[in-house]
Amino acid sequence: MAAGVATWLPFARAAAVGWLPLAKKTMPKPPVDKKSRNDEILFVNVSGLRFQTWKNTLDRYPDTLLGSSEKEFFYNEDTQEYFFDRDPEMFRHILNFYRTGKLHYPRQECIQAFDEELAFYGIVPDIIGDCCMEEYRDRKKENQERLAEDTEAENATDTPLPPHSTSRERLWRAFENPHTSTMALVFYYVTGFFIAVSVIANVVETVPCRPPKGSKKDLPCGEKYTLAFFCMDTACVLIFTFEYLMRLFAAPSRCKFMRSVMSVIDVVAIMPYYIGLVMPENEDVSGAFVTLRVFRVFRIFKFSRHSQGLRILGYTLKSCASELGFLLFSLTMAIIIFATVMFYAEKGTKGTNFTSIPASFWYTIVTMTTLGYGDMVPNTIAGKIFGSICSLSGVLVIALPVPVIVSNFSRIYHQNQRADKMRAQQKVRLARIRLAKKGTTNAFLQYKEEGGFQGRGSDNALCLKNRSSFEHQHHHLLHCLEKTTNHEFTDELTFSEMCMTESVGYRTSRSTSISSQQGVATSCCPRRAKRRAIRLANSTVSVSRGSVQELDTLQVHKTSAGPQSSRSSLNARTEDLKLNCEDRDFTAAIISIPTPPANTPDESLPPSPAIPGILRNSRPTSFTHETVKISSL
Amino acid sequence: MGAVVGTLTLQTRQRQPSRDNIDDELEMTMVCHRPEGLEQLEAQTNFTKQELQVLYRGFKNECPSGVVNEETFKHIYAQFFPHGDASTYAHYLFNAFDTRNDGSIKFEDFVMGLSTLLRGTVREKLEWTFHLYDINRDGLINKEEMTEIVRAIYDMMGKYTYPALKGDVPKQHVDSFFEKMDKNKDGVVTLEEFVLACQEDENMMRSIQLFENVM
Repeated sequence: MAAGVATWLPFARAAAVGWLPLAKKTMPKPPVDKKSRNDEILFVNVSGLRFQTWKNTLDRYPDTLLGSSEKEFFYNEDTQEYFFDRDPEMFRHILNFYRTGKLHYPRQECIQAFDEELAFYGIVPDIIGDCCMEEYRDRKKENQERLAEDTEAENATDTPLPPHSTSRERLWRAFENPHTSTMALVFYYVTGFFIAVSVIANVVETVPCRPPKGSKKDLPCGEKYTLAFFCMDTACVLIFTFEYLMRLFAAPSRCKFMRSVMSVIDVVAIMPYYIGLVMPENEDVSGAFVTLRVFRVFRIFKFSRHSQGLRILGYTLKSCASELGFLLFSLTMAIIIFATVMFYAEKGTKGTNFTSIPASFWYTIVTMTTLGYGDMVPNTIAGKIFGSICSLSGVLVIALPVPVIVSNFSRIYHQNQRADKMRAQQKVRLARIRLAKKGTTNAFLQYKEEGGFQGRGSDNALCLKNRSSFEHQHHHLLHCLEKTTNHEFTDELTFSEMCMTESVGYRTSRSTSISSQQGVATSCCPRRAKRRAIRLANSTVSVSRGSVQELDTLQVHKTSAGPQSSRSSLNARTEDLKLNCEDRDFTAAIISIPTPPANTPDESLPPSPAIPGILRNSRPTSFTHETVKISSL
Repeated sequence: MGAVVGTLTLQTRQRQPSRDNIDDELEMTMVCHRPEGLEQLEAQTNFTKQELQVLYRGFKNECPSGVVNEETFKHIYAQFFPHGDASTYAHYLFNAFDTRNDGSIKFEDFVMGLSTLLRGTVREKLEWTFHLYDINRDGLINKEEMTEIVRAIYDMMGKYTYPALKGDVPKQHVDSFFEKMDKNKDGVVTLEEFVLACQEDENMMRSIQLFENVM
């Protein structure tokens, strides 16, 4: 029920006295209202802006935050007011809703911010008044479309292939996105070239060449150099056929592919050649054969795979189908009307061109589109009058649907531009996000180096950075996780450094730093195990200071959330990877422990038998979406 | 060509607004009623100042122009009884409140009516009810008027009731009512007959007390 009606409820209840004489039974007892009936003014402080309103006003909508007891959570005893730490500008609109019963959407505000405020105050957006509902809906839809485009751009086919794709999938991707591989790009340009060659050949074929000796007549080049053109045509058709068959093979859904526009164009482009091959050199059918050759010009449409602009144009025309249909229909109507009129107006004239109504169609069309060839002109005065009316109306009818088509085209074009821009920005954004993530990881690692543990404070000359309490607590949390899993966090480079020593060669100076790494990491490099010191899981081993900033050939991309799973998961993963490590007897390798005292840990080393157990703990650590790309090892 | 036509249409549109302005102004001056002073109303009714303030604030919020016409009244009443058709009863109720019979309820009428219903004596309430039933204001209630009122009330119930409305239930209700009220069996009920009969009815007297603290 609308809130305003609540004001009238006491009145309606009072009027119920009018039913009493008719009632055969006693009335039920009315509900007892314990609240004080006196109305009071409430103070609402929204980020410093103080609002005051009657309590009754807020009570009108009891299923919202302000109307229910939920607002008591925000009551400030000291200042005797309700404090909300939200946008004061938006609150104005929220409060107006209570006052007037109509929710208005402020046009200058962001639609998402508005939605969030509504969600906070418990107001359903459906009650936006009619005056603002359309605007609200439009903007919401626009926003959603834009967000959908963003997510689409994220999941664009530019992403790397899943690791186990069949050759068929790869082929399809190569066809759809030529930029992914060089082969695809080459093929893309080759087909483009051949399309151009084919079209040009079709055109040049008809140009008159110098006649051969002994003949006066000018011959078109096609008939002079028949063999040359035939060879060119054959080559093009072969390429096109090959391409079509490849696409058909690679398509994930062959039926859908065969029904798509581009494949139809492909077929239409190559069919005339084959039909011409099988057709006999018969005079009767050669007429039909000539018609078929016209279809060869459809090869030019194959360019739309290469040009985005063409695709946009085609898409626009498709989306404006209704307007075009209307244009066509109204033109047809007007043509028929005017043709009839002109015919009857010019009927009397001798030697007139307007021999029949269909003959007048030509005049009408030429006049309405303001072409005015002048091959058919009216002679009578009536004819001339109607002819001028015809030309005037022609302009109108044609000018009407054009703006709609233009605006559609502009909208689609801009959408495409935006999509392209999004994709470009996406890469920058992802890079920034990755950097931020790395930043937090590094912060924690640095914290561990610096002052995390006792007995190390004097080592670092670095002054303790001013860390917020949030950071302290966060680091403590990560620390706790380390203790729980018996593994430590490290950064990409140090980890990759551990595993790259196979090919790059071993440097003793690094051994100590690397040796301070966790034992499991040595699994990938068992040959060096002996030289590796193995700090065992129970001790908290700090990552080597001045961690290696060397170029790593092993790139580990972390897409899983949070660095806490990184190290243990990386470790676990490397067990699965066969990184040029033949022997998998890492347990044996680990047990041999020389321990150079590089970094004195706080806790003592636990006995060796515990090691395998601890190491095995790391295995079931779950890891998600780790892609390890190895470029060269 | 299109440009010429466009400019022509523009010209014709510009000439119209001047004519519209006059109409708008007339409409604005039509309805805007202010009630009498607070003290006067306090004297005339049985409400306190605070209660009048609360009442007026609610009233003014719903009807910024200060008057309620019958359409709005019907609309409001329809909101309270969505099951059936409340328009007929709302019509009679509107007439009961509209003591001046000018087609609109102003704040004073509203408050007076409420004062009688909520803070008035039993006799005043019964008189008010009598006036509600007496549609043609001739001081008597006959069977036709009563039938109309009862039908209007049953209309508000709507179609789906339990037990289902079979036969001419309103008529039976009216007959039993007249049985009770019409003492001298002359086919009409006068005010005195009505008041007497109601005072004898204990159920009714009890129910009247219940409605005191609605406001």
